[in-house]
Amino acid sequence: MDELLNVKYDVASGDFIRGGEASSNIKKLLQQLGVRNDIIKRICVACYEAEMNIVIHSVGGYIEAKVFSDRIEITAFDNGPGIENIDLALQEGYSTASNLAREMGFGGGMGLPNIKRSCDEFYIDSKVGEYTKIKIIVYLK
Amino acid sequence: MKLYEIRDLLKADVLCNEEMLSMDTDSAFGCDLMSDVLALSKKETVLLTGLTNIQTIRTAEMLDIKCIIFVRNKRPDETIVEFAKENGMCLLATKYTMFTSCGILYSSGLKGVDME
Ligand SMILES: Nc1ncnc2c1ncn2[C@@H]1O[C@H](COP(=O)(O)OP(=O)(O)OP(=O)(O)O)[C@@H](O)[C@H]1O
Ligand SMILES: [Mg+2]
Repeated sequence: MDELLNVKYDVASGDFIRGGEASSNIKKLLQQLGVRNDIIKRICVACYEAEMNIVIHSVGGYIEAKVFSDRIEITAFDNGPGIENIDLALQEGYSTASNLAREMGFGGGMGLPNIKRSCDEFYIDSKVGEYTKIKIIVYLK
Repeated sequence: MKLYEIRDLLKADVLCNEEMLSMDTDSAFGCDLMSDVLALSKKETVLLTGLTNIQTIRTAEMLDIKCIIFVRNKRPDETIVEFAKENGMCLLATKYTMFTSCGILYSSGLKGVDME
């Protein structure tokens, strides 16, 4: 399948100033590719929530975006600490965010539900002490 | 409702992109929780918030929100205003609290955005 775009951005832990830059870059690239606005918004919501989760909850990782003629795939990967109970983490309102993150407007426990709602396919995989990996797909058709 | 009407009703200061004041909006959302704002995704709206950090601007950027109204005398610092300006957003600041600001706008005909 032809790949129209393949980009990867490192995301640093605890960096609230630069957090969101990867999503912002991806937004601009999708606009250049002429992707429909409503689809860009869905990708942006999912991508930004996943990126901020890496900033807030992990030791750091990356965001990767791939665009194919029929779909957009976003992968958010970080190097731990992992999620012990994924079902719990996916519940609306569940959050372990720090006070600092809460002061910045995060910690509503709505990020993962928002990601799920925004995409056509959602995959989450995590191993405690090792990694968390989220992959989302949005169809272009 | 035009942004300049919002400015007048809230006796707000314009922090950047004053030329956007003739823009029209028909709904508003008031919130200090970024994920709640992001849950709105599809709607066109202006945002009222007490949070003045850079992630407020980022959140608005993701959703194409063109106007942010900072309530209860909160002022973002200069770098954040600059960042919003580059992103083509109009920033307003009012001394009214969240509840009062929303009440004034609502009673003047601006509607709320509601979750699906
Ligand atoms: N990348 C991650 N690494 C480790 N834990 C995570 C990660 N992402 C999410 N979590 C866990 O799942 C919980 C729920 O995540 P979710 O994004 O839904 O809410 P939140 O980040 O706490 O708040 P919000 O997204 O509303 O600002 C988090 O509080 C955290 O405990
Ligand atoms: Mg989150």
